[in-house]
Amino acid sequence: MVKSLKFRHSILSDSAEQINILKKFDESSFESYVKKSGFEKFLSRKIEIFQINMGKMCNQTCKHCHVDAGPDRKEIMTKETMMQCLEALENSDIQTVDLTGGAPEMNPDFKWFVEEIKKLNRHIIVRCNLTIILANPKFHYLPKFFSENRIEVVSSLPYYQKSNTDRQRGDGVFESSIKALKLLNESGYGKENSGLILNLVYNPTGAFLPANQSSLEKDFKTELFSKHGIVFNNLFTITNMPISRFLEYLLDSGNFEYYMEKLISSFNPSSVPNVMCRNTISIGWDGYLYDCDFNQMLDIKVNHSSPDHIKDFNTESLNSREIMTGNHCFGCTAGTGSSCGGAVV
Amino acid sequence: MEYYKSEDLKKFGDIAEYDPELAKKFFDYYGAVFAEGALTEREKSLIALAVSHAVQCPYCIDAYSHDALEKGCNEKQMMEAIHVSAAIKGGAALVHGVQMMNHVKKVSM
Repeated sequence: MVKSLKFRHSILSDSAEQINILKKFDESSFESYVKKSGFEKFLSRKIEIFQINMGKMCNQTCKHCHVDAGPDRKEIMTKETMMQCLEALENSDIQTVDLTGGAPEMNPDFKWFVEEIKKLNRHIIVRCNLTIILANPKFHYLPKFFSENRIEVVSSLPYYQKSNTDRQRGDGVFESSIKALKLLNESGYGKENSGLILNLVYNPTGAFLPANQSSLEKDFKTELFSKHGIVFNNLFTITNMPISRFLEYLLDSGNFEYYMEKLISSFNPSSVPNVMCRNTISIGWDGYLYDCDFNQMLDIKVNHSSPDHIKDFNTESLNSREIMTGNHCFGCTAGTGSSCGGAVV
Repeated sequence: MEYYKSEDLKKFGDIAEYDPELAKKFFDYYGAVFAEGALTEREKSLIALAVSHAVQCPYCIDAYSHDALEKGCNEKQMMEAIHVSAAIKGGAALVHGVQMMNHVKKVSM
């Protein structure tokens, strides 16, 4: 299995180095494009999504992972930080909690945390990589646990075929993902009228933009049902961000300039008002606050005039904060745009 | 000499420099042709990929290999499209075998 950038002591494990590489495109900076779109100041709106990164530990080492997650990463959220998250949630009216990682289920306090959030009566999304369900008998409880807590499950499946999926996510991932999807379907997920939502995530297996979301969703539904009897609700198309391990792939394959030019030339002004940083707050495993999960991985904390740690969480000042941007942000505004919920246009 | 340079593809729009009026007409037409219609954008992309190979245009091959991926096509679908192109190109040569046979039969005892 591939090791993380950090384990390999790659220069790219340093977020400052990544930012420096992206600065090559400063002449056509994201900031200038946003200004040209009519945003003199790029401000957030009311926070609607509380996205918590529960740690970088994962059972997979996907080639495009922006978190640089993997089995060799040990950074996980402590129970103390989770309690600070719960307190912040309790004192806010944010209705959606989005749990991500790594594999959030690998955090030993995952189950407890979900049950505590549930007590606050919030909608919970778990970004489940599917294979974790079968990775170890101790995770076999997950489909039942998810359904009992009415959790929305969002799972990556970069393509409806084995070869493309395994090339990106590792050997055997496709078959294991199919088995896990069948288990989720057996628990009611993706079934009509069950109310149990199962959404899949497509992201390109290379240096190109995602296909049209609705057209690809039809293909996924047809192929997964006809070949495997699998059903799901929606497909989200997500653009690969030119950071972390995907940045490594771009540099190693000689596609970096080409991909950045593609993102920049595909800048879509109508995507700007709907990008996810405008209604999301991202909480790191150590409790620091970011405008999005990508800024988190580049260690770009929320604007300095806003509280930047969950212990000081204050929706009033965070609701209208100036969003921190960089050239990686072109990944969210290219074509039909991209967010954790798929295309934005 | 490297006659075709991949970076020249980006300069396609520069043809307007010598005749903006005709260039505009062409690019407007081009855009309309590839818009979703009775055929999907994906079907049109695969046709374009196949034709690119038939006319052996390096720019078109690069452009539509990339475009087909961005339309959600997989490698097998793309290769099948190229086989369609090859079958027509090969078939076009082979079907002229009938002309050869017609002539041979005409002049032979």
